[in-house]
Amino acid sequence: MHEIGIANAIIEAGQTEAARRPGSKLLRIGVRVGTLSGVDNDALRFAFTALTQGTDLDTVDFEIQTCLRRNRCLDCNLEFESGIYSEPCPGCASQRTKLVGGEELDLAYVEVEEP
Amino acid sequence: MSTIPVEKKVLSENQRIAASLRSRYEEQQILCQNRISSPGSGKTTLLEQTLSRFRHEERVAVLTGDLQTENDAKRLARYGFPVQQITTGGVCHLDGRMIERALERWSSDAIDLRDIDLLFIENVGNLVCPSSYDLGEEAKIVLLSVTEGEDKPLKYPSIFAKSELVVFTKIDLLPYVPFDLAQARVNARLVHPGVEIVELSCTTGEGMDEWSSWLSHRREAAMLRASAAMV
Repeated sequence: MHEIGIANAIIEAGQTEAARRPGSKLLRIGVRVGTLSGVDNDALRFAFTALTQGTDLDTVDFEIQTCLRRNRCLDCNLEFESGIYSEPCPGCASQRTKLVGGEELDLAYVEVEEP
Repeated sequence: MSTIPVEKKVLSENQRIAASLRSRYEEQQILCQNRISSPGSGKTTLLEQTLSRFRHEERVAVLTGDLQTENDAKRLARYGFPVQQITTGGVCHLDGRMIERALERWSSDAIDLRDIDLLFIENVGNLVCPSSYDLGEEAKIVLLSVTEGEDKPLKYPSIFAKSELVVFTKIDLLPYVPFDLAQARVNARLVHPGVEIVELSCTTGEGMDEWSSWLSHRREAAMLRASAAMV
């Protein structure tokens, strides 16, 4: 359960971004979480709510975009998405693939109300 | 109302520290490996066996993480190499800052990183959280003991996807447990196609040569990269 620390980092980063626009109010924070990031979306949302509840941030919306695993075929170079596990290339059926995405843990955007 | 694109890593502070550790390791030609597993799968025992096989002039050091106790550091210190325990006090993983502080403690104890070629980090026993924190390592290694279950790679895909090597430990117990080794290999490679696998027992010594030779290849490759970078 490291989602509390991660939610805290998200909240701090969101506040830092909002503070670049003096007088603005933070409305929403959007993150991207890969299915292979090791972070659980429900636990992250729970942690975000627990940390913001009863503070001046408790109206801030929290949007989690899930990023699927992306694989690149080492034989034909095709990039394709899959479930959590690797799958054969849909183009040439090769099993030789490399993981190229799905490990994201990114702060994507913040939405603010400007004064 | 306006939307401000940010596009940065949530753990950007840890990434920044990891990048600085990584360049420090490269500069001082240290090969750093981060070993991760669930509690009790044999990280410390494999380290003991590894250290006991090294000659005394070998330039090795160990950082070992646990929530509490200095037990592992005591076990590992017997082999005569610098060992430091990092007690996290409850935190379920090591992060870059903890490593930075440990290296500072070493330098105030007159342990010079320039005298070290190989740094093993034994992470806190946990298959989940350590996978999110880059420690500047050259490779993550994940251990899985045959008393655990061959579906662990499927249940904890993140760490198996990020590791350069999967080590199946305690294979001397295979006759007594229902662990399906062939299926475990398939599962590991379903998560991480082509990942290297070593199977060993610290009790019988079986597979230890494969582990040593994997490590030697890794060290040679790092040295080649370093000398290519200097040209």
